[in-house]
Amino acid sequence: MGMNMTEKILARHAGKVSVAPGENIWVDVDVLMTHDVCGPGTIQIFHKQFGAAARVWDREKVVVIPDHYIFTKDLHAHRNLDLLRSFVTEQQLPYFYDVGTPKYKGVCHIALPEEGHTRPGEVLFGTDSHTCTAGAFGEFATGIGNTDAALIMGIGKLWVKVPETMRFVFEGPLPPYLMAKDLILHIIGDIGVDGATYRAMEFAGDGVMALSIEERMTLCNMVIEAGGKNGIIAPDEVTEAFVRSKTNRPYEVVANDADARFHSLRVYQTKEIEPTVAKPHSPDNRDTAFRCRDVVVDRAYIGSCTGGKVTDFRAAASILKGKQVKVDTFVVPATTEVARALATEYLDGESLQSIFESAGARIAEGASCAACLGGPSDTFGRLNKSEVCISTTNRNFPGRMGSKSAQVYLASPYTVAASAVTGKITDPREFLAARADRRSC
Amino acid sequence: MRDVIRGKAYVLGHNIDTDQIIPAKHLVYSLADPEERKLYGTYALSGVPDQAAGLPAGHVKFVPDGQHRSEFRVLVAGKNFGCGSSREHAPVALQIAGVEAVVAESYARIFYRNAVNGGFLLPFELVESVWQRVKTGDELEIQVSTGTLRNLTAGEAYALRSLGDVIGILKAGDVFAYAKQSGLMK
Ligand code: SF4
Repeated sequence: MGMNMTEKILARHAGKVSVAPGENIWVDVDVLMTHDVCGPGTIQIFHKQFGAAARVWDREKVVVIPDHYIFTKDLHAHRNLDLLRSFVTEQQLPYFYDVGTPKYKGVCHIALPEEGHTRPGEVLFGTDSHTCTAGAFGEFATGIGNTDAALIMGIGKLWVKVPETMRFVFEGPLPPYLMAKDLILHIIGDIGVDGATYRAMEFAGDGVMALSIEERMTLCNMVIEAGGKNGIIAPDEVTEAFVRSKTNRPYEVVANDADARFHSLRVYQTKEIEPTVAKPHSPDNRDTAFRCRDVVVDRAYIGSCTGGKVTDFRAAASILKGKQVKVDTFVVPATTEVARALATEYLDGESLQSIFESAGARIAEGASCAACLGGPSDTFGRLNKSEVCISTTNRNFPGRMGSKSAQVYLASPYTVAASAVTGKITDPREFLAARADRRSC
Repeated sequence: MRDVIRGKAYVLGHNIDTDQIIPAKHLVYSLADPEERKLYGTYALSGVPDQAAGLPAGHVKFVPDGQHRSEFRVLVAGKNFGCGSSREHAPVALQIAGVEAVVAESYARIFYRNAVNGGFLLPFELVESVWQRVKTGDELEIQVSTGTLRNLTAGEAYALRSLGDVIGILKAGDVFAYAKQSGLMK
């Protein structure tokens, strides 16, 4: 019996010729990432278990990216940053993207690839559930807790149960009004928020392989919202061109065997999917943007590791150009690199930044997770009362973006931007079709 | 690992995510400081909407205001308990509040792992979907060796799934003790 990509990567990192789903194995870790929310707890457990003088197993393999509670006056949050700083100094870790320095990056899952830490065929663990984003690079990547991370810090290994793999194939390219966000919300609506629990989700088909690397990241980012352990996409020229532009480290690409086994296969005709939203309070509460057209929103939020990348802002700007937003609209670049791109990327002669400003949107001063997870009460964009928000983020559980009386609709950057303009949930085709007509005459 | 766990039930629904177990704004307290860590107990389950807090009636406070210990020792819940963020603060907060076991229809993977690997609490799965037969405040008794959950108030018994793959870690105490047994750690 052949192996699929996830199985092959895990087998290789366990020093085995082959593994089968359900097997418990110890794997060698290539990269361990932690951030300001879970780093301090991890460090505390590491020192408790391995001793005050303990050293991490490999300095080159630990990456520390503060990103969650950055632009806040909360003193506890600042203490967490200080704890990271002293650990990094004590351990002399080379990859630390500290706040207030030119190295500061922002949201870890976007920072990792920008800095060359995501590579095909590798094993990446992070103390954040959206670590699965890096599956877009053809690697095994998943989120863990502080205890597991502390064990990795000490021994460079972790036990894993080999997952079964669910395969999702999209046939045909994406129509111009759809984004990867629509595809993944569609899937989660089909299988439910626990539909992939303990399993890998592999995305394939010409619809997926035609996506940019950022859009592939969006797909893999939200596998955790279906309970998935990891997402994975076969590396191709797009992946390799990106990774090569960021790092010289060697890596080994893996591919599915011809007779690889899968738990299940779902095939979608991409063009049949509609602009999709997830209604409150669950990412699997699927509907179409069109059917939600009577829902009045109080604000729109464009940001996070799911919807705060350059592609996402280009999409939003393509709708907001020359228009005014009707509701408070928050623009939060995921990383400092994305923030810079807002000024340097142009759409029909105007920078994205200028498009957002002219439309009346508010741009965050710095890159971070901001209100994606609520955060301290002074967080930019946080929902502090019973607002209705349409958002490019990934979770709409009660209270996720702040107040538990708020209501969050998840959607693509196109749909969020279109809704910001009308003040109601809006199918972006209304705007994109008009634009296409203008172009053609 | 104790064989018998006894205590009052606190009942929740499906998809209780880790933001409901411990809302993100509380994740800043130090777990190393013995006094400050109590705050995790104080705010455990504070993100659950009131009508869903303590089923079937709801509106039952899990932890009395200003305190950090709950009178409820066993959580009973539906599907996908602990979904969402990977924060280990979730099982830790429940442990600090005094929870010894969770009995759910199913779990999200990371929560389950965190609970087991850190040795914070015992996560049991029901064989059948009978969690709605338990009411908040019912007196429960779990026997690990026989895999049974007894509802002493209702006079019923329900079967629990075997702890299976993770029994080795639970018996060892946590993943560090397990790694030592496996020869991976000194
Ligand atoms: S942007 Fe949101 S989902 Fe992404 S890492 Fe930050 S808090 Fe988590």
